[in-house]
Amino acid sequence: MPTVLETIDLDKHFGGIIAANKVSLRVEKGARHALIGPNGAGKTTVINLLTGVLRPTSGRILLDGQNITPLEPHQRVRLGIARTFQINQLFADLTPIETLGLAVSQRLGSGSDWWRLVGTKSGVTDETVSLLERFGLADVMDERTAVLPYGKQRLLEIALAFACKPRVLLLDEPAAGVPEAERHEILATIEALPADVTVLLIEHDMDIVFTFADRISVLVNGELFVEGAPDDVARDPRVKAVYLGEALDG
Amino acid sequence: MLTILFDGVAYGMLLFVLACGLAVTLGLMNLVNLAHGSFAMAGGYIAVVLVNRMGYPFALGLLVAFVSTAIIGIILERTLYVHVYRKSHLDQVLFTIGLVFMSVAAVDYVMGSSQQFVQIPTALQGQLNVFGIGVGKYRLLIIVVCGLLTLALQTVLSKTRFGSRLRAAVDDQRVARGLGINVGIVFAVTFAFGSGLAGLGGALGAEILGLDPTFPLKYMIYFLIVVTVGGTASITGPFLASILLGIGDVAGKYYVPTLGAFVIYTIMIAVLIWRPQGLFGRVTVR
Amino acid sequence: MTHPLPNQDMTQGTAQSRAPSASQATTSVASHVSARLAARARWSVFEIVFWLVVIASIFLLPNRHLILAEIAILGLFALSLDLILGYAGIISLGQAAFFGVGAYAAGLLAKYEIVTEPVLALLLAGALATAVGFVTSFLVLRGSDLTRLMVTLGVALVLREIANKFSDITGGADGLQGVTIKPVLGLFRFDLYGHTAYCYTLAVLFVLFLLARRIVNSPFGLSLLSVKGNPLRASAIGIAVNWRLVAIYTVSAGYAGIAGALLTQTTAFASLDVLSFDRSADVLLVLIIGGTGYLYGGLIGAVLFKFMQDWLANITPQYWQFWIGLLLVIIVLVGRDRLTGWTAPVRRLIEKRWSSATPKGS
Repeated sequence: MPTVLETIDLDKHFGGIIAANKVSLRVEKGARHALIGPNGAGKTTVINLLTGVLRPTSGRILLDGQNITPLEPHQRVRLGIARTFQINQLFADLTPIETLGLAVSQRLGSGSDWWRLVGTKSGVTDETVSLLERFGLADVMDERTAVLPYGKQRLLEIALAFACKPRVLLLDEPAAGVPEAERHEILATIEALPADVTVLLIEHDMDIVFTFADRISVLVNGELFVEGAPDDVARDPRVKAVYLGEALDG
Repeated sequence: MLTILFDGVAYGMLLFVLACGLAVTLGLMNLVNLAHGSFAMAGGYIAVVLVNRMGYPFALGLLVAFVSTAIIGIILERTLYVHVYRKSHLDQVLFTIGLVFMSVAAVDYVMGSSQQFVQIPTALQGQLNVFGIGVGKYRLLIIVVCGLLTLALQTVLSKTRFGSRLRAAVDDQRVARGLGINVGIVFAVTFAFGSGLAGLGGALGAEILGLDPTFPLKYMIYFLIVVTVGGTASITGPFLASILLGIGDVAGKYYVPTLGAFVIYTIMIAVLIWRPQGLFGRVTVR
Repeated sequence: MTHPLPNQDMTQGTAQSRAPSASQATTSVASHVSARLAARARWSVFEIVFWLVVIASIFLLPNRHLILAEIAILGLFALSLDLILGYAGIISLGQAAFFGVGAYAAGLLAKYEIVTEPVLALLLAGALATAVGFVTSFLVLRGSDLTRLMVTLGVALVLREIANKFSDITGGADGLQGVTIKPVLGLFRFDLYGHTAYCYTLAVLFVLFLLARRIVNSPFGLSLLSVKGNPLRASAIGIAVNWRLVAIYTVSAGYAGIAGALLTQTTAFASLDVLSFDRSADVLLVLIIGGTGYLYGGLIGAVLFKFMQDWLANITPQYWQFWIGLLLVIIVLVGRDRLTGWTAPVRRLIEKRWSSATPKGS
């Protein structure tokens, strides 16, 4: 399978702290690739580097072979990378209709139209409707995001990234903080993602990782430690040592 | 040229004493206090009343200006300011602008709108001849007093327990509280002290800066420049920024009189474009 | 209609339990969405009544046209601030910069008879203010709230200094003297009672209001709200945050400039106080009183502010600023949320919000 997303020797230093150290990650097209590691290993840093929120100290990022390292976050979105945030980053005063409509409209190129009213482009509204249904948000579509239950907000978080029709979707702990009762909806949503969308997933919950992922990379102290098929990684004694060692220490 | 340098340094140090209270309250309490100049004005007018009208000695006038402004500071802090700590910056801006308007109008009503000067003792008038350069005695006094104050501030910050509590609270309020530091008292004392210094600066600087009811508005931008350019992470940042500003303003007005005031505004804008967090240290962005 | 994609596994958890007919459910959702969006920018009863009352004031209050023109100008000025503060979250202490540019431009165009027809001069003055806004917009992109405060304040001060320095052109502290304004469109002469002034300013205000209403209810306007609410997420869905801010800041500067030009044209005078800090602070207060983020706040606030100013000036002509300051302090202490709670019924009548939740202030 061809590589859709690749980093080459990605480094990020914050003063004396090395958050990412020569990270060379390769994600294949259509993969369900999980990035795991102990807390503070630098997983979110990698996502921030991939999306352009952080600039690398050195190294390159390639999307379908194109060097996207100098690009701004919004430019990368337009090329097909979208992400969700570990802690919901939503628009508190906007409703799901407006939120998703915004992203769709932006993607279809009419996001900066100032002369016509919202909702007058049927292509945008049709797609917004289908997104609302697909992600189970139709029953809350009129509510201000701030008053939605956490599970619904999390669904909206994922739906919003999906609305950008990304080629590569980066999910940062999608099930984090979601109460047990609402988890299955999140998981089912992730499982239902189309096969042609490549997914890079950060997760702590190993059940999710092993159910979902077809490839796992382990990040420890900012460095890529082990990489391979789920079964291989699960059996790898070094990984066990890292996780068990954690348990022994803390 | 050296005279300009000298005057600029004097002006800068005065600005520092005036503005350091603002820098600390911004860094410590994330409080944008546009009314800081009102405290300076209060100190100036108190000194005017005591020294000019009631004949007190100059030094005593300065001291009383400091103490009374500090007291006004504590009172206002505990009654009014404490309510706006948690509010947004916009609210703080609106609130402190309101205080400025009130203070300006009140002073105008009580003291009239003409410019006032604090009567300087004859010993401090005129010039000294230092290495062939004419050095204003009063400006020399300003440099000495402000220099001593700066040193004292630096010592308090780095060598005393209060100082370390203050630095901890500036760095991270929550953690400081968790360590048992009574942040409320630190706030109150710091605010009072900062206001007192502003009052002292107002009294000291009335001669140079001009004292009238519009003082807080006129000099608001200067204090803000010191704080944004110098940052709030240290004493040295605002200090260097003040000196830079002082020299820049005096030199600008001398060498390019048509554009005098522009120099500092343009410096400020240029610095903010280049380094929005200030030249020397972080300006709290929360 | 949902489009099935290859390998898609629609397990039961994905959507709420479906109605017997999936397409029926979709259609009802779709029609609901369409209905909601269509209702969004529909003119509510309040809005229609508001403007009818405004137009009626031309005929019902013929003695007050002078002060009504002042209110209209102040309302337009506050509207310009609402565009950046209420819709983009930019705090500015220097909106008077653009007001002043427009005011002086209109004054100079008239005084030196460069452009004598007022509407044309208005457009040119507005264009100049827009250009200044565009150039300075890049300064407010970076940094925190405090930096923006500083920069906007600084720009206004710089412009005021310039106006002061070039006093042989601008008249300096004495103001621009000898300005005569020719009839609007060559037909309507400015009279002593302010009839022409009021109708003129009202017409300009209404046109610009319609334009602003369009803009804020457009996809662009919605993106501004997203930038104001969460700029990180906005850029994460592909919105070029900085360019949106530049755009709205520029438009806002143009609006402020036109308001300033109107002031000069209706009073045949311009002085340094069009660029003063007081003017920037006052317009901020006006907008806060009326409420940000729903376009009518600036207009309502202007009416309230003028009445208050008039009343206070009668009581204490010299020190009314004290009471304005006190008002600001009280507003903040009471809490702007409670204040917007006071105007909430009005806002609800205007806004077509999705839910019944109270809309927040800025």
